[in-house]
Amino acid sequence: MQDALGFRVNDFAVKLANVNGTGSASANGLIMQAIFRMGIPVTGKNLFPSNIQGLPTWYEIRVNKQGYGARALDYDLMVAMNSQTYESDVREVRSGGYLLYDSTWPLDPALHRDDITFLGVPLARMCNESFSDPRERILMKNIAYAGSLCAVLDMDMEIVDRLLEEKYGKKQSLLDSNHKALRLGYDYAKQHFECPLPFRLEKMDANGDKILIDGNTATALGCIYAGATVAAWYPITPATSVMDAFKSFCEKYRRDPDTGRNNYAILQAEDELAAIGMVLGAGWNGARAFTSTAGPGISLMNELLGLAYYAEIPAVVIDVQRVGPSTGMPTRTQQADLLECAYASHGDTRHILLFPANPSECFDFAVKAFDLAEHFQTPVLMLSDLDIGMNDWVTPRLQWDDAFRPDRGRVLGAEDLEQIKKFYRYWPDDQDHVAARTLPGVSPKGSFFIRGSGHNKFGGYTEIPDEYQEVMDRLAAKHRAAAKYVPEPHVFRRQDARFGIVTLGGCDPAVREATDLLAGRGIAADYLRVRGFPFHADIEKFLMEHEFSFIVEQNRDAQLKALLTLETGAPKEKLRSILVYGGFPLSARHVVDAVLQQLACEEAITDHAVHR
Amino acid sequence: MPSIAKPIATHPSLQRNELGLTIRDYEGSMSTLCAGCGHDSITAAIVRAFWELSTPPHLIAKLSGIGCSSKTPTYFVGGAHGFNSAHGRMASIATGAAAANRDLIYIGISGDGDSLSIGLGQLCHAIRRNVRMVYVIENNGVYGLTKGQFSASADVGSKSKRGEPNRMAPIDPVRLGLSLGATFVARSFSGDKEQLVPILKAAVGHRGFALIDVISPCVTFNDHSGSTKSYLQTRKHMIRATEADFVPPAQEILAHIGSNGATGVTLHDGSVVRFTSVPPGYDPRDRRKVSAYLDRHQDSGEVLTGLLYLDESAPDMHELSQTSEVPLVNIPYETLCPGAKALDELQEEFR
Repeated sequence: MQDALGFRVNDFAVKLANVNGTGSASANGLIMQAIFRMGIPVTGKNLFPSNIQGLPTWYEIRVNKQGYGARALDYDLMVAMNSQTYESDVREVRSGGYLLYDSTWPLDPALHRDDITFLGVPLARMCNESFSDPRERILMKNIAYAGSLCAVLDMDMEIVDRLLEEKYGKKQSLLDSNHKALRLGYDYAKQHFECPLPFRLEKMDANGDKILIDGNTATALGCIYAGATVAAWYPITPATSVMDAFKSFCEKYRRDPDTGRNNYAILQAEDELAAIGMVLGAGWNGARAFTSTAGPGISLMNELLGLAYYAEIPAVVIDVQRVGPSTGMPTRTQQADLLECAYASHGDTRHILLFPANPSECFDFAVKAFDLAEHFQTPVLMLSDLDIGMNDWVTPRLQWDDAFRPDRGRVLGAEDLEQIKKFYRYWPDDQDHVAARTLPGVSPKGSFFIRGSGHNKFGGYTEIPDEYQEVMDRLAAKHRAAAKYVPEPHVFRRQDARFGIVTLGGCDPAVREATDLLAGRGIAADYLRVRGFPFHADIEKFLMEHEFSFIVEQNRDAQLKALLTLETGAPKEKLRSILVYGGFPLSARHVVDAVLQQLACEEAITDHAVHR
Repeated sequence: MPSIAKPIATHPSLQRNELGLTIRDYEGSMSTLCAGCGHDSITAAIVRAFWELSTPPHLIAKLSGIGCSSKTPTYFVGGAHGFNSAHGRMASIATGAAAANRDLIYIGISGDGDSLSIGLGQLCHAIRRNVRMVYVIENNGVYGLTKGQFSASADVGSKSKRGEPNRMAPIDPVRLGLSLGATFVARSFSGDKEQLVPILKAAVGHRGFALIDVISPCVTFNDHSGSTKSYLQTRKHMIRATEADFVPPAQEILAHIGSNGATGVTLHDGSVVRFTSVPPGYDPRDRRKVSAYLDRHQDSGEVLTGLLYLDESAPDMHELSQTSEVPLVNIPYETLCPGAKALDELQEEFR
């Protein structure tokens, strides 16, 4: 791992402890982006509070030349800028590591550690001497520590300068201040510390044409490319930035150049009950419509998701999951909406779910969600999460094929209707158990009356058991048919694998890294990542093939395991849970430790049995 | 309750409208409501209004929530598209539908339970957005389908069938609408078709949210002597505060507009609402005056009816959000998708 001079190159983790609302995000983002531009695989995780100003916030940067993108739990360098959390921040540095702090004020001797190196930079003093505006003094402290980091990590300063130019080039005074602050920190570190530290950055070419983007932005782009025209929403963390991004892309791409009019409608609803109602109204009328929300919104949308399921109206719901139950922890990540979404609403209901694992899949699956919703005339829920949605990920470049045309499903136009004697809304159905629909206003022959009350296959009101059941059975068959259309699972096999590891969504990088680490210890495991529901046939096959499988997910109640137990033929005994649900993104270590522990338990039991 | 198809038997002497359709062509299936229900009279007024307007049935989208009122869209304009949705959620569904296709004519039928309790929030916000639609509240002060509980529009002192009095203050949709900035506010009585039909026609022509509160007695649960929303009570206390005619665009206004504060308001499609009689000092275009007048008169138990307030100048939802004149559903995908080249260029920002 070390180069000829004993440096650890492109393999370390930095944690930055800040106070939120002080402008640290732009400094941290700057460092992350500069490393990305150096061609080095990098991950940034923002661990922030549900608060606007004053509470502790952390940012973690993991640099890893092998491309492992999960969260690291060992910090080689801590940038301790928050006195409130200083005590725990000092504790978290790995032995032999470094801590950079603002030496304007003396350190509490009680917090001293002999096994780490303290790097004091008088950030506040330097900024107070160099800047007169009180707000600027606070903001520039962040850029100053970024400057020190550049020095101790051997950052390519040309890249940092260019980034500042791109960001602030239009505002000379701001650009000058940033440059000045950056140099203050940089020069101080160069003069006072041995630079670089034993771990450092070095240009690579590992990022190719990859991009640095968050999942919510990619999701919004997917909605644009899918041709969505109506978006209804209610503000909620961590889904708000989906709509913010959608709006800015609409302003860029959807304003008619001749009339200046908008080829989109964004409706900020009074609540999520109304947001999903608007989506259904628009979907009924033939627009591609979606809403973005989080768990609390899904709870409210349950009612109308049942209506959409039963009346067969296309709808796309983006659920950027956060920690529940109730308000839970709005700025922390979890995968705890699986069951709620799979069977949302009262009565027998089941929905199509998509589980993207990174921003690139957010883009692809958002497009897919609209196709599936219209093909199957039903709600489709894409379950992203806060980690994917709000953190910047180094992710494969988004691809688009101009030959793409949306799958509008079975829609009869005026000419089609002329060919048939009489139109019935739910009959006849095709091999996917989907019946043709018509759009309001298109033709007098296509009129129909849609309802959430009991109806027969002709769309008429019914309370007759057989007529009711016939429709319900077709809906079940339709849902089953969707298994072939949802994205197939990703499977990576290893020779002599004894067991499987199954996961979904944002756990992907941590679990893949974990399988590599386990393989390094001679423990081979096959990997499967579920990407959609209803479950593709390969998932049951995978579970049956293995003696047992670990199901790794971020919720307390093993919801993916529960779904797999309910919806595949795999016996319960084959499924073992690894659950991490405290609200921070998963790390490979969580998985490796849990696997080793469970395997050790198993061996202990086996040994015990043998000895008896 | 199954819907019952009406036998179609059209007498040759039946009058035809501009589309060559008879009034029978604007009917729906047979009502399954109680005999004498006020809602059926409202249905008949809607049938007549659309027939007189010669609206192509398939360009009408009729929506409702849940309740006795919400069953009625099946009973009018069988050739329209219908959506019987969920309790209290019709307003949001109509909003989304209107956002997607601005060219259809939207009529929402709701009740006092659907609109003033479970769906109050959605009603308020549809008013605020000024969604272009006709919104009829069939108001009987009682929950019919669940057998006689008070609704939020029940007056203080009004008695249930079993004799218990309502003690909570009612929500008056008319005053609610005025306070929220509704651009078309009317009240009528199911038993006064002469008044209701022109109001409905004006509502269809209005560019914006047209709120029509229609007192519609529930013969089964709220038509007794202790009720304030019975046929008898309403007939006794109803006062036509304003009288208005609806004059379609093509028709020249020949009649003289009265001098007692009466006035004409031109709707954006060129039709005219001609107020033939309003009280002295009353201006149906002046929100404050209308509110003050209602405050003065309603508390004494008068049921004031008519097209009470009209503002044709306020921007509707599409104006407010500068939506394309072409309905969003008719914009081709090729126009909506920015394409591979744009995606490539955009991604340079994410480097």
